[in-house]
Amino acid sequence: MPRMAAPYFGCGNAGPVRLRRPWIPRRPVAGSTGPFVAVYRDRPMNAPTAVPTPAIELVGIDKRFGPVHANKNIHLSVAKGSIHGIIGENGAGKSTLMSILYGFYHADSGQILVNGQELRITDSQTAIRAGIGMVHQHFMLVENFSVLENVMLGVEGGVLLKHGETAVRAALRGIEQEYGLDVDPDAIIEELPVGKQQRVEILKALYRGAEVLILDEPTGVLTPAEADHLFKMLAQLKAQGKTVILITHKLREIMAITDTVSVMRRGEVVATRKTAETTMAELAELMVGRRVLLRVEKGEAKPGPVVLSVENLTVKDGRGVTMVDNVSFEVRAGEIVGIAGVAGNGQSELLEAIAGIRKASSGRIIMNGEPVDRDGRVDPALLRKKGLAHVPEDRHHMGLVLAFEENENAILGYQDDPKYLKGPFLDIDAIRKDAVEKIEKYDIRPADPRLKTANFSGGNQQKIVLAREIERDPACLLVGQPTRGVDIGAIEFIHKRLVALRDEGKAILLVSVELDEIRSLSDRILVMFAGTIVGEPEAHADEQEIGLMMAGIGREAAE
Amino acid sequence: MESLFADLIQVLAATVRLSVPLIFTALAGLYAERSGIFDIGLEGKMLFSAFSAATVATVTGSAWLGLFAGILTGVLLSLLHGFASITQRGNQIISGVAINFIASGLTILLGNAWFGQGGRTPQLPNSARFTEITLPFAAEIAPIPFLGPLYSGLISGQNVLVYLAFLAVPFTWWVLYRTRFGLRVRAVGENPGAVDTAGISVTWLRYRALICCGILAGFAGTYLSVAQSASFIREMSAGKGYIALAALVFAKWKPLNVLLTCLLFGFLDATSIRLQGTILPGIGEVPVQLIQALPYILTVILLAGFIGKAIPPKAGGVPYVKER
Repeated sequence: MPRMAAPYFGCGNAGPVRLRRPWIPRRPVAGSTGPFVAVYRDRPMNAPTAVPTPAIELVGIDKRFGPVHANKNIHLSVAKGSIHGIIGENGAGKSTLMSILYGFYHADSGQILVNGQELRITDSQTAIRAGIGMVHQHFMLVENFSVLENVMLGVEGGVLLKHGETAVRAALRGIEQEYGLDVDPDAIIEELPVGKQQRVEILKALYRGAEVLILDEPTGVLTPAEADHLFKMLAQLKAQGKTVILITHKLREIMAITDTVSVMRRGEVVATRKTAETTMAELAELMVGRRVLLRVEKGEAKPGPVVLSVENLTVKDGRGVTMVDNVSFEVRAGEIVGIAGVAGNGQSELLEAIAGIRKASSGRIIMNGEPVDRDGRVDPALLRKKGLAHVPEDRHHMGLVLAFEENENAILGYQDDPKYLKGPFLDIDAIRKDAVEKIEKYDIRPADPRLKTANFSGGNQQKIVLAREIERDPACLLVGQPTRGVDIGAIEFIHKRLVALRDEGKAILLVSVELDEIRSLSDRILVMFAGTIVGEPEAHADEQEIGLMMAGIGREAAE
Repeated sequence: MESLFADLIQVLAATVRLSVPLIFTALAGLYAERSGIFDIGLEGKMLFSAFSAATVATVTGSAWLGLFAGILTGVLLSLLHGFASITQRGNQIISGVAINFIASGLTILLGNAWFGQGGRTPQLPNSARFTEITLPFAAEIAPIPFLGPLYSGLISGQNVLVYLAFLAVPFTWWVLYRTRFGLRVRAVGENPGAVDTAGISVTWLRYRALICCGILAGFAGTYLSVAQSASFIREMSAGKGYIALAALVFAKWKPLNVLLTCLLFGFLDATSIRLQGTILPGIGEVPVQLIQALPYILTVILLAGFIGKAIPPKAGGVPYVKER
């Protein structure tokens, strides 16, 4: 990576950019046959000093998905011939915004201007005609089709495929030569590595005459070498006068290749900066955002013996991308170890692997001196019996069955406990009595064990999960995002309960993307970046220092 | 030897006749399922088309108008299925089952109300049916050993719908693999997102595929009541729609394979008819019921273990929802 990164850092500097910029408008006039020619000619000639018309301008874009406000009054301007980065955490609304620009979703309100002219993008066809191409995060390819068929789809050039095929073949050769995108047109998509599949997506866009290319998290599925190649391609596209919008949550990519960067947080664009004039630290802070620091009253930790020990753990995700890379650490009794990191850097996979719901590809997990697996196989139920409780990151999908009654969720996973059984049947009375006790102890509202779980608020749902796991008196508790989507009052309660559990001498591993939470709860902090633990800052390290580590800067300096 | 060969020709001719409705219906299902819409309602479409075709042929005395009515019925039922499963994003299986029930009930009800023959339609005169077409030189070639019976007994002397069924196979192949429409249908059944982002309407595309499905189901129904038989009989589709679906899976959703599997299933059916009442050495007389069940049993066995991995269109059965 550093080898490749060097030239692109150059793009970020003022010098080369200024030199290159005058070249950019010339290309479309000379070479293109798209709608852009007309736009250039229409532009008033008596205003040479005016700011050039941006390629894309978004004015007041607003979009809701039911209760989720995905985009709030977005204003964004993308200069022609530039690489514009949009950075933000997962769920910040970046992809939604770009899907609106591509006509895949419809904005509830707001305007889109392409080359200074307002355009109602009602569907993808309109966007394509306006010269906008998109490479989606999850490729929009037909997997059992050939490259040729995928490129051709939608632009077949006639009722029969014959002419289209010849045309696409010829055009592909041209595009390949121009941009160095070599892909066999007859290869079947599912047999290609992801990097090449992505190239096919780019080819699709270029074949459709895209002048503005949107890439949504393009490096998420790529190996470093493939990512380098992609960046080379993007630089080449820019040199050809194309405009590139790069969506990512990786700061290094932004710094390496973009000219301008907009930061999104919780559906809003919180800042737009010239890449040359900003720093990773500033961007990291803008991305994560400051939250009211919640004070958690806690005494000194009294760490006991090691309870959980992770040795050289490597975990791959469903696509075979390494998400956790050779990670080792220990959690002792009576301490909270917090794992900080920007979402998507492998924390989720790490947590799932320890909890036994994701297979590790190598490494060992040892609890109380015993490996947790049996011949390489892990069984979450067995882990629970051994005293490893897990509060999953996503309570809706993994922590609860929302359609169940509260008391049913309160025993989920422990339904085989004799306490809840009467012969072969569930002892409903015992279960409900148990639920009522937990409701009282955790102040779950409304205090109704028969209520459908979906009808509880986020905070109370989280308390149901916590009550279930904590009341089993586990030796070790794994907690993922304990306060995501939880109101302030419940946050305080949950934090206190976790500290109390620590003081009882339990080992707690906390994963959270909320830096404040990590800092206020943890006795030790580990920072994860790109699947590895990049550092263990002092417990009292300031936000900035940890933020830099989360952005992977600490590691880079070390290298 | 002579008689054995004659027997074989007879069984093969029966095979062809019995496989025609399967071919039409399986191809109908192919268009629907390749576009990502499961169609368990093929049976009902075929049955209702058979009823409409027979009714219109009875009233007008024209087989061709009957065919038109059959096709129209098939298309209308397909649009109903489309409305439920594409526009309203309902469950495709439920919608298909509902169509089967509607067809089964309404054909009897309407038939009884209009003709008063317990759900049957009146016997059609040959002028209102698709009758056998004798190809040129059939009589001349007939005496030639081997080739003669094959030509006059098997290739010649079928009705026009039989020839159409066999032409529909290469035609469907050509549509699917050589036309823009076919490319898009194949794509939408695998990844509607790819089609949508390419700027093509998923909804309209799937509706068009279902219309193709309806047309072919109409041919199948018409064949049953106006070509193979001379009237509509209640429940005359007798599970052929389901067998056609099985054939479609067996054929891995490929047109030329559909032809082969439908011929195989037709052959099993024809053999079972031929074997009725015959005494097999060592076994004795095989019960009629067992022989009749043979195609179904074989279907189950073949489907269970002998076709390898049949990968259905990836987006099949899932309504396309763009927004989260």
